[in-house]
Amino acid sequence: MSKPSPIAYVRREEAPLLPPPPGSAGPVGWLRQNLFSGLFSSLLTLAVGALLALIAWTILDWAVLRAVWTGADREACAIEGAGACWPFVWAKFPQWLFGFYPVEERWRPWLVFLIGAAALTPMLIPSVPGKLPNAVFLVFAYPVIALILLSGGHFDIPWPVYAAVAGMAFVLAGFAREARPLGGGVLFIGLLLLLEVDFGLTHVETANWGGLLVTLVVSVAGIAASLPLGVLLALGRRSRMPIVRLLSVIFIEMWRGVPLITVLFMASVMLPLFAPEGVTIDKLLRAVIGITLFSSAYMAEVVRGGLQAIGKGQYEGAMALGLSYWQMMRKIVLPQALKISIPNIVSTFIGLFKDTTLVLIIGIFDLLGVITTGTQDAKWATDQTANTGYFVAAIIYWVFCFGMSRYAMYTERRLSTDTRS
Amino acid sequence: MSEGEQRVSPWNDPRMRGRVFQGLLLLLLALLFYDVALNTVHNLASRNIASGWGFLWRTAGFDIAFSIIGYSSGSSYARALVVGLLNTLLVSALGIVLATILGFALGVMRLSRNWLASRAAAIYIEVARNVPLLLQIFIWYKLVLKPLPEARNALRIGEIGALSNKGLTLPAPLFGEGAWMAPLGLGVAIVLSLIISRWARARQMRTGARFPAGLVALGLILLLPPVFLALAGWPLAFDYPRMGSFSFTGGATLAPEFIALLVALSTYTAAFIAEAVRAGILAIAKGQTEAVRALGLKPGNTLRLIIIPQALRVIIPPLTSQYLNLTKNSSLAVAIGYPDFVSTGGTTLNQTGQAIEIVFLWMVVYLFLSLVTSAFMNWFNARARLVER
Repeated sequence: MSKPSPIAYVRREEAPLLPPPPGSAGPVGWLRQNLFSGLFSSLLTLAVGALLALIAWTILDWAVLRAVWTGADREACAIEGAGACWPFVWAKFPQWLFGFYPVEERWRPWLVFLIGAAALTPMLIPSVPGKLPNAVFLVFAYPVIALILLSGGHFDIPWPVYAAVAGMAFVLAGFAREARPLGGGVLFIGLLLLLEVDFGLTHVETANWGGLLVTLVVSVAGIAASLPLGVLLALGRRSRMPIVRLLSVIFIEMWRGVPLITVLFMASVMLPLFAPEGVTIDKLLRAVIGITLFSSAYMAEVVRGGLQAIGKGQYEGAMALGLSYWQMMRKIVLPQALKISIPNIVSTFIGLFKDTTLVLIIGIFDLLGVITTGTQDAKWATDQTANTGYFVAAIIYWVFCFGMSRYAMYTERRLSTDTRS
Repeated sequence: MSEGEQRVSPWNDPRMRGRVFQGLLLLLLALLFYDVALNTVHNLASRNIASGWGFLWRTAGFDIAFSIIGYSSGSSYARALVVGLLNTLLVSALGIVLATILGFALGVMRLSRNWLASRAAAIYIEVARNVPLLLQIFIWYKLVLKPLPEARNALRIGEIGALSNKGLTLPAPLFGEGAWMAPLGLGVAIVLSLIISRWARARQMRTGARFPAGLVALGLILLLPPVFLALAGWPLAFDYPRMGSFSFTGGATLAPEFIALLVALSTYTAAFIAEAVRAGILAIAKGQTEAVRALGLKPGNTLRLIIIPQALRVIIPPLTSQYLNLTKNSSLAVAIGYPDFVSTGGTTLNQTGQAIEIVFLWMVVYLFLSLVTSAFMNWFNARARLVER
């Protein structure tokens, strides 16, 4: 029975934990694995590291160590070997924000910025309640408030505009067999009437607007106006009606095929030709119209992508419930499609934000335009003026665009976990 | 619709409603176009502009700084526009090549296992993508190229070139009698390389023995043209830039506008291409890489033979749209005065007032370029897809 075991040796207690082989754990191990894993990798690390260090040192040396920090005019910066000319930035910064907006009226754009930021921040944080009233304020009330504050209000709106709005509301109400479009029409006419009221604000020509103000006005107005147009075009492109589909495809592909700068030239040169005699369209408005038409085509493709991602069952379920086309779109399809399109809409907005710099070519002073003009000011003309101006411009644009792209990524992650649960 | 025979009132019949809606839409559009046309005719008449294409044959009267074909201020508007179109094509084509090379390199570097290299590529991509292209063009043009020394103190690049605020001056080739032998040599080299690579592949299929066909082809393409030139008695000379009293004589000069635009376009687009490449490579399942390693292929061959051919299918569609964007973005040339198609068209528009004709030409030409690019990329895409099975 009790034969000797064929196993000669059995360990009776646990073996002690040994330290990891030298150089494979801790900071040294990390360095070995990620920076010096071979000859080529080591050389690459050294070369890239040297290059990065050189770039970082150049920027630090120029922007901080050799920089001039105080001064009243070019004398301060016109030193041999001086770095960045920061007094130029301090002197010009208000102009970079608002352009040639009258100094005593600058509280108005400040107020517009503040209201916008106050209304937008809770929209961007998912956990803050009250999204719907906030959105209604941002979409309907805010543009009117901003327009009145910035321009001074007291517009003279010709009566055909009112007639067109009323007519459109009636036609839509007839088609959808609902009273809602009528309510919308009344609201819209009310907002238009508000624009005619004289609040006693001084009128500020759009030619005096400039800087970051114009960049934001053009890009936000462009994106806000192109979103509904883009939704309509996307629906049109997927419509069963052949003429509607054809017209949408032509419209979308025409704008997507040409560069924005030709669209802006067209808006600034051809729109005055198209308008009836005696009607002059504001230069800034012309640029916004051009940008809106252009970006609505891109927006349409983004929304179409969202629409295609909605399962067929959603459409069929809505139809089985007896919803009309517009009810189905408004209550079932579009809320889902727009939600998954948010990251791409933000990307489109980033592209648009960068593209607004092109308006300087048709003579509108956006942020880059104002900075370019400022660098040519004789009072500040030194070797480093242009460098400093464009450096700050690059930082401002970068902060906006990078921030928005990170927010889009965050939204994308958040939405994708939502669908997985 | 499924009720078949059941009578529906026309107001509730979806087909009827569709027809009425489309009819109304067409009617509205026609009214809009009619009104716009009337206004335009009226406005043109009051500004004394006669529409039509006759202006194309009038003398342009403006100079163009950079032109591939012969042009003088006495040439016609049509020729000025062609010069602009060729300049657009030149900068776009070169930009596409450079952006592709840089973009692929950055995309692969972004995925490198070397932490520092990957971080450096990421920093580059995030900076280049999030600063407007126009600002980047300004930076290259106004901050890098314009402050270069005057031509008399130009930075010499050895004895062959010089960099000054007039641009990059390089030796210009002068072709003599019999210079056609060089392209002939190139053609022979390409044909020979094709034959060799077919033979090498067939042999590898038959016997498994490998032959360095790529290296041989490279050698042929580099060596044969000079050999053929030497056979013809070397009919090639270079016109080196020589230092005159104020400026260079001889050589060929690339204008700073051209260099700034080319560099800005390719570095900007490369960041987007790098992201597309990264996404494409990441889309290939990790199992592929591991299986290849299990089969014992070298890391370089893994990328070349297994990953890239599969990733290309994912990469090509976004790559196409980046190429289209680059071509359209080349129109920003107008901001720094590189005479591209939009710039020469704009000058023509200002001088003649023929807004409708010029804008029409812009739209047609850019739409045509877009269609040609996407047609070519679709063809390439179809080829990449055929590799699948």
